[in-house]
Amino acid sequence: MQTPVWSDVDIAQHQIPIIDTPFVSVGGGMGSLAMIDTLRIAGIPAESLTVLSDLGVPSQTYEYLANNSQIPREERLRSDSSSTIDCIWGWPGYALREAIAKRDPKPAIQVFAEPILTEYFTPQAGQVYESVRREAQRIGWERMLRRGVVRTVRRRREGGYFVIHTPSGETGTTQGRIAYRCHHVHVAVGYPGVRMLPDLQAYLTKHNDYARVVNAYQPHLHVYEEALKRPCTIVIRGAGIVASRILQRLIDDRDLGNANTRIVHLFRSYPDGPQGESLTFRRPARRGWAYQAFNYPKAAWGGQLRVQLEQLEGEERSKLIDDMGGTNTAPRADWKEQLDRGNAEGFYQQLVGTLSSIQPSGNGIETTIQQPSGAVATLEADFIIDATGLEAGIEEHRVLRDLVDYGGAQKNPKGRLDVERDFLVRGTESGTGRMYASGSITLGGYYAGVDSFLGLHYAALRIADSLAENGFGSKIGPVRSATQWWKWARNIPI
Amino acid sequence: MTPTLFGRIQTRVVMILVLGFPWTVVITPFLPNPDSASLDDQYITMFTALLVVGVVGVGWECVYHGLQQFRWEKDWPTIFGLVVALPEGILTYLILNAGAPWDRRPRPGSFDPGSIPLSTFVPMFLTVWIIIWAFTNGPMQIFSLRWRFRGGRFDSNW
Ligand SMILES: Cc1cc2nc3c(=O)[nH]c(=O)nc-3n(C[C@H](O)[C@H](O)[C@H](O)COP(=O)(O)OP(=O)(O)OC[C@H]3O[C@@H](n4cnc5c(N)ncnc54)[C@H](O)[C@@H]3O)c2cc1C
Repeated sequence: MQTPVWSDVDIAQHQIPIIDTPFVSVGGGMGSLAMIDTLRIAGIPAESLTVLSDLGVPSQTYEYLANNSQIPREERLRSDSSSTIDCIWGWPGYALREAIAKRDPKPAIQVFAEPILTEYFTPQAGQVYESVRREAQRIGWERMLRRGVVRTVRRRREGGYFVIHTPSGETGTTQGRIAYRCHHVHVAVGYPGVRMLPDLQAYLTKHNDYARVVNAYQPHLHVYEEALKRPCTIVIRGAGIVASRILQRLIDDRDLGNANTRIVHLFRSYPDGPQGESLTFRRPARRGWAYQAFNYPKAAWGGQLRVQLEQLEGEERSKLIDDMGGTNTAPRADWKEQLDRGNAEGFYQQLVGTLSSIQPSGNGIETTIQQPSGAVATLEADFIIDATGLEAGIEEHRVLRDLVDYGGAQKNPKGRLDVERDFLVRGTESGTGRMYASGSITLGGYYAGVDSFLGLHYAALRIADSLAENGFGSKIGPVRSATQWWKWARNIPI
Repeated sequence: MTPTLFGRIQTRVVMILVLGFPWTVVITPFLPNPDSASLDDQYITMFTALLVVGVVGVGWECVYHGLQQFRWEKDWPTIFGLVVALPEGILTYLILNAGAPWDRRPRPGSFDPGSIPLSTFVPMFLTVWIIIWAFTNGPMQIFSLRWRFRGGRFDSNW
């Protein structure tokens, strides 16, 4: 089977049962939801769409990662009111809905005054999860979903693709193989994996100590439990939104749970003062943190920065994405207050430098920190939390690696899947069949905010338009849009 | 909102035609009319106001676009969309009062800021403004899915 193109005969010879379906979305997370929702709203029947996923509910992986990184249901996310993953129109936003549900005008006032008189409104995680379940049910998700693991996506000699899938049974066991023979494929597999900083990974590999060195995206509740029981020293790496959350949790536990945690925050670079090369491209940075409301400036999703990025190629594009994004966190007053207080009281300490050694010592870890001045500090810690939010490369995901090895896919300057402006995976066309991708695996392409609710909607809309041009479905026009919105608003199943 | 310059101009023109025009048709007979002007004259004045908002507005959009460059987000916050009604309203009134060639009201000859009653102009201008502002801050997307991604443009290029 190590050939780039398979024929119907090849599949038959391997005795793999074939199921025909016009369109497959691989992943079944938020990206697949955005895609399938858009196609259903465009009028494509559920019978023509197949979702292959290990998840029962589209928000499941998201919830898992959010919970681990200390965003429980009642906490607020980073994206704004109109990033409504359950509603392709973006209106009414989460703020208006929360105001109505709670009979409280505050969220509505906030979204009106943001970000000038108030901070940006951001929705509670729980509200987003519930809205996802409602929409998935409305569009018949269950009917389209086939649970299991996707092994491979290959081009079919006669055009289109084979998606090889191992279904999972009721008990979660996976068995056998099925080939979904389809015309078009959408790949939205989320993060290929989480990655640790190399020095921490080296320590883990050597000492097999997964309790004391943890990744913020992986389960690590024991750290907080331990810190509530006895005074602990915890080292944090990273200065993005994930680090902000972890710090909030640790300091909340001090404030509310009487924990006596000492936090050492290790910075690799330490911005302190505005970042950006010109007066018209400048964001605030203070005490090691670069601040902006979202991962990118807002206009990267739909304004002048989106247009600008679309016109760039290669390294230039990659650089603009880095300049707009990079490591940054949201400027929230409560977070700033906690850190300033921690600084003043001494329980939150910042250090700049790199870890030059990590060793187990007694019940903890001994670290040596090499500071830029050349000075070396040693530090006894109980835990190290990697909150850098690093993602694994696409070659660590078997479907993606296979696409690069056999499917004709190429890598962009950021090492992810090279996609066109309409998210077509370059080099993978098969007859009139088309393969598209969305989510973080496409970062480095013509759109910056690919790994966000709004970005997933953008990708879905572009893909749906592109499919329509290729004869699959039709573009959503104003009348269809409005009538479908009405159905959405009334929660009428489609 | 995250408008581009061309998106701003398109949105303004389309909104004036689609919302501003019918609303003006509806509301003009009910506006305060202290000078007992004829309905024809009222309509001529109010449509001229709309025309001024549309044409001079292109200039305003260029100014807003320039200001937007100093914002990291390159966005135009909801509240700005309301606040700018003040300078735009004042300029529109001044231009309107200076008189258009088709203006049939008696000319005092020199510049006379009192000739169009403020009590007629302000309710018309403000209601048009608020309707367009409210619509573009949400319900617009019900009809035009791509509008928010295209920086406010309606043309069919992505
Ligand atoms: C902690 C956290 C907070 C975030 N907060 C926000 C926010 O506030 N606002 C925002 O807009 N965005 C946010 N994001 C970013 C983004 O919106 C989410 O990551 C979103 O879930 C991405 O959707 P996705 O479809 O790309 O991936 P996922 O939702 O992860 O879905 C991909 C799915 O594919 C499955 N899969 C992978 N390989 C296979 C295979 N071979 N076979 C079958 N199934 C497979 C995976 O198990 C996974 O369930 C956040 C991300 C994280 C991690």
